[in-house]
Amino acid sequence: MVEPVSPLGAAWKPGAYPNTAGETGLVLSETRPGSIVQVAAWPGREKTLIAAIKSVTGLALADGAGAGRVDGAKAAFGIAPGTFVVVDQKEGLAATLGAAIGVDTGTVTDLSHGRTALRLAGPKAEWVLAKFFALDFSQTAFPPGAGRATSHHDIFAQIQRSGAEQFDLYVFRSFARAFWTALCHASEEAGYRVG
Amino acid sequence: MLITCPYCGPRDLAEFSYQGDANRPRPDQHDTDQARWNAYVYDRANPAGPHREYWQHAGGCRKHLLIVRSTLTHAIESVAFAGAPGATPQAPRRAAKGRTKTGPAKGKKP
Repeated sequence: MVEPVSPLGAAWKPGAYPNTAGETGLVLSETRPGSIVQVAAWPGREKTLIAAIKSVTGLALADGAGAGRVDGAKAAFGIAPGTFVVVDQKEGLAATLGAAIGVDTGTVTDLSHGRTALRLAGPKAEWVLAKFFALDFSQTAFPPGAGRATSHHDIFAQIQRSGAEQFDLYVFRSFARAFWTALCHASEEAGYRVG
Repeated sequence: MLITCPYCGPRDLAEFSYQGDANRPRPDQHDTDQARWNAYVYDRANPAGPHREYWQHAGGCRKHLLIVRSTLTHAIESVAFAGAPGATPQAPRRAAKGRTKTGPAKGKKP
C-alpha cells in the first residue's frame, strides 16, 4: 500500500510547548483519515441519503441543521442543506457510499486527498477555536457530534465536535501548513502539545 | 452585522458575499426588445428602505439567500433560501417620484 504523506511536512513538530506558567491546555494532532467524502442529496431526497449513510457507516444522523455523529473510526456531520461530510479512518469509503447512493438520490465526492484533518483536544480547545471563528463553541450551542461550516479569512473549515473537549477540523490540504502554523501560534497562550 | 442563515444560524457578515439586486426579473431568452434588456442590465430602483437582494453564504453552507435589508439602517427583515417558494425576482417597487429615478424619462432630454 502507498504510504500517505502528511501535507504538514516540516510544520509538524512533535513535542510539548507549555505556556509561561508551565501549563499545557490542549493537544494538537492530525487524525489522517483514509477517507473524507462529501455527499449531497437532490432536493427532496435527503431522508434517502441519510438512510444510505446509516446503511454504510452505521451512523444514524438526525434530520436537522449541522446534525452529526461520531463512532470510533467513523464520523458524519451536516455542512449544508442535504449535504454531509462522512469520514472513515479506513480507505475506500467513497466507493462504498457510491454504490449505496444512486444517481437519483444524490452525489458522492471523494475529498480524501483534498482535505486535511486536524484535531484540537483539551480544556482550552474551545478558547483557541474562538480566536479563529465567530461561532459559539459552548456545548449547549455546539453539542458533541454536531458540525459547522465556517471560514477563517478565506480558509474554509468544516468543524465537528468529536468529544466534550475535542474538535476535528477539515481544511483544504493546500492551506494545511499555513493553517496549522496559525493554530500553533494561537495555542501558545494556553500551552500545547503536538502529537 | 449578523445575518441569520436559515441553515447555519446567525453568522458574521464576513462569511457572506453580496450577489446583487433581486428585483430584476430576467427577460425571456428569446426576447429581442433592447429596452427591456437594457432595463434588466442597467436600471436599479435604488430605494431608501427595504431592498430585496441576493447574498451567498460563501464562507458557510454556500447556499444563495434572498434577503430583505433596509438600505437605511442595514436591519434585515427576512432571510430565505433563493429558489424557495416566494423567493423569486420581483419587479422593482415604485419609488417616490423624483427620488430614485436612475435615468431620464423617455422622450425627454436629460
